[in-house]
Amino acid sequence: MAKEILLAIRNLVVKYHTDDAVIHAVNNVNLAVKKGETIGLVGETGAGKTTIARSILRILPPHTAKIVSGEILFSGRDITKLSEKEMCKIRGNKIAMIFQDPMTALNPIETVGFQIAEAIQLHNRISRSEAERRACNMLEMVGIPMERYSEYPHQFSGGMKQRVVIAMALSCNPELILADEPTTALDVTIQAQVLAMMQSLKKRLGTSVVLITHDLGVVANTCNSVAVVYAGEIVEYGTVEHIFDFASHPYTLGLFGSLPKLDSRERRLKPIKGLMPDPTALPQGCRFYDRCPEAVRKCSQTAPGEVEIAPGHLVKCIKAKGGAA
Amino acid sequence: MARYIAKRVLMLIPVMLGISLVVLILIDITPGDPARMVLGAQATQEQVDELREELGLNDPLPVRYGRFLWSVLHGDFGTSLLTKRPVADEMLERFPYTLMLVTLGTLLSVLIGIPIGIFAAVNQHSWKDNAAIFLSLIAVSMPNFWFALLLIRFFGVRLRWLPISRVAVWQGWILPCATMALGLAALIARQMRSDMLEVLRQDYITTARAKGLADGRLIYRHALKNAMIPVIMVIGGIFGTSLGGSLITEVIFSIPGLGQYIMTGLYNRDYPVIQSGILIVSALFAVIILIVDVIFALVDPRIRLQYTGKAKRKAGKQVGKETQAIENF
Repeated sequence: MAKEILLAIRNLVVKYHTDDAVIHAVNNVNLAVKKGETIGLVGETGAGKTTIARSILRILPPHTAKIVSGEILFSGRDITKLSEKEMCKIRGNKIAMIFQDPMTALNPIETVGFQIAEAIQLHNRISRSEAERRACNMLEMVGIPMERYSEYPHQFSGGMKQRVVIAMALSCNPELILADEPTTALDVTIQAQVLAMMQSLKKRLGTSVVLITHDLGVVANTCNSVAVVYAGEIVEYGTVEHIFDFASHPYTLGLFGSLPKLDSRERRLKPIKGLMPDPTALPQGCRFYDRCPEAVRKCSQTAPGEVEIAPGHLVKCIKAKGGAA
Repeated sequence: MARYIAKRVLMLIPVMLGISLVVLILIDITPGDPARMVLGAQATQEQVDELREELGLNDPLPVRYGRFLWSVLHGDFGTSLLTKRPVADEMLERFPYTLMLVTLGTLLSVLIGIPIGIFAAVNQHSWKDNAAIFLSLIAVSMPNFWFALLLIRFFGVRLRWLPISRVAVWQGWILPCATMALGLAALIARQMRSDMLEVLRQDYITTARAKGLADGRLIYRHALKNAMIPVIMVIGGIFGTSLGGSLITEVIFSIPGLGQYIMTGLYNRDYPVIQSGILIVSALFAVIILIVDVIFALVDPRIRLQYTGKAKRKAGKQVGKETQAIENF
């Protein structure tokens, strides 16, 4: 089981600077991805999941976002210290990203084939025609006939565009794929297709995946481990089995609780009450304090540390210490 | 594409009919008498009346309109009342000057404006962008004629480097073109900057960045091509309007161009000159807008598809193949 660690994030802190405030988007995040494994990042909108993924590729919005501290080790090299030129060799080649919204992720005035071939030619020393041939193969691999190589994004449906984006991401056989809600913008039947496709490609190529999603069902089906992100922190981390069976953080429990159940007779959904704290003014103590059903006074004063309640299962909650030690 | 162009050319006919009618009505309600202008202040009222009758000015408006259209359809754009020369000939003589001025001026403004716009957008949030914006704001707000006078004063009178009203030699074109280009370059730069910023914010630019493209290729291949689409429209508009309206520059630098010609016509109530002049200039404008639209279609496949209508896609056959490919997983 001791697989090699491909990506390790240590104490990552990312801030956005706006005109009048500093947004604490990612605060002291630690994460490790092993070769060939899939890790799920779950959490509400605005929790900082996408920011974590974009930090790994260093494609945060320039000028406003900044990696303040921490390291991102990819195959042992710290990505945060690489030059832009070295970064360009990694992007798309070793690490690729699948974006959330396929409708806007493709350049509207270039053919889909060109957009795939461009990435291939950029990272491989091959001729143009060879790149085009490989791009055709990629299209076929994601289930798009290669006759459509020279068509434009507006001639494709949303699901097909997402498959083009996936083909683009896989075109250079990356070691790591960052999938930022790859199915959110798609309807349910297409979701299943896309996920199944990603799974089979992952198996065939042996890539690691960071999967960002809201969908716990998707996590259960595809991930090896899960990190629950809340207000820029990982509040709970562990294997899929452990998290689903022994979820300990009140927020994780809330996430599971907010799923509708078919077998219960309840008429209303059970959302987690309240909103995530304002990332420009994070509370001093536990970030989940305001919404936590089990909060005690101590929670508002000191931020909880990480507790390992079982091997590899980390929880950031003071209750966890007493409960399962 | 050819069908689309043909359709657009046909659509020009009602537009031209409308323009000529509006011009005729405007002439009709404007005070002033061409016969009096031709004969001068000393002529008797009888002479003036006689000339009015001869020119057909006393006929009712529909008759005059019909007569004008009839002669235009026969390729006759009328004869200037003052110079007694065919309007078409006079305009043809002047057209090269205006075309030269407008082409060089627009070219110059494009060559200056687009790089500045890109430079400003790429350096957003830095003093370079602010400097470029500030300079372009000054350039946009500076009145044309004033800038022309400054140029004349400095390069023409003080330094004596450049002639100020001799377009017979190439040096004579420098100051007029610079005058035209200043404001337009600033306009293009501002348009370019805002479109570029808009495009750089788009998701597909992030996608391209995530592919590993370096900044240079990202900006010039992916962003610029998209950002150019609205800029082309502005440039086309500028070019078209300037053909009939580079009047100030023409007057200040004594360039015998179309703007000056029509202006003199208006001033002298030279009806044939006004009618045909405006008709021809607006036809030119419409043709240029058509060319711009064709360029659009060449750049943007989404527009191109509308024109070509049914593309070569055979939908049924391919959908079958797709589902099969998915099932293979």
